[in-house]
Amino acid sequence: MAEYVARFLIGGAVVSVFAILGDIVRPRSFAGLFGAAPSVALATLGIAIAQHGAGYAAVQGRSMALGAIALACYGFVVCQLLMRLRLSALSATLVALVAWLAIALTLEAVFAGSG
Amino acid sequence: MLLRVKLAALREGSWSEYAIRFALGGLATALAGAVSAWAGPAIGGLFLAFPAIFCASATLVESHERKRKHRAGLSGQRRGETAAALDAAGAALGSLGLLAFALVFSLLVTSNVAAAFIIASAIWAIVAVAAWWCRRLLRRS
Repeated sequence: MAEYVARFLIGGAVVSVFAILGDIVRPRSFAGLFGAAPSVALATLGIAIAQHGAGYAAVQGRSMALGAIALACYGFVVCQLLMRLRLSALSATLVALVAWLAIALTLEAVFAGSG
Repeated sequence: MLLRVKLAALREGSWSEYAIRFALGGLATALAGAVSAWAGPAIGGLFLAFPAIFCASATLVESHERKRKHRAGLSGQRRGETAAALDAAGAALGSLGLLAFALVFSLLVTSNVAAAFIIASAIWAIVAVAAWWCRRLLRRS
């Protein structure tokens, strides 16, 4: 339990720092870069190395690359839902989570199968 | 100026909004750890790029832009959607940086942990900014 509390506090702090950076820089498209900052990764990989070693973190890093490809698709889908279907930001970002999950798991299945 | 810092934007956010983003960031990090423990590091690693915080950020961007237009006597709905869409486009470009971060980190971490974090973070910044810059040039040409 203590481990998850530590993850929560460290992750919340790192994500908040990147989110505040995204709040204060302009133009808006540049600020959006911070929405894909490695905030959760920085918090998680350090704990993973401390607990399981560098090899475990390397495996997580390789899968994270696939998650990042899914995140690029996610950003594109959110953009289209907002501009073409005129969904609200909350609806668009929640609906697109399904696309992120499907793409990420498909890429993992394909590359894990070939690796 | 091409890039600028607008500290006044911090005053637009309320403490509850900052608390929500802190909680979502914390939950996303705890989720990544829980999934790794349950399904292994390969599946758990996917969640290091999970866009949990993006839902809150885009919603805040939309609501702040809409409020700004409301104060000027306009609806602001379209402006809010456009601002959130620009934020999403930026995140899509930033994810190229995240991809580079992940590849560099996974290559270096087994030989030097500190160098892996430092170099991968620098690569994230360089690739993300370069992607944004290239898109800007393409849109202008």
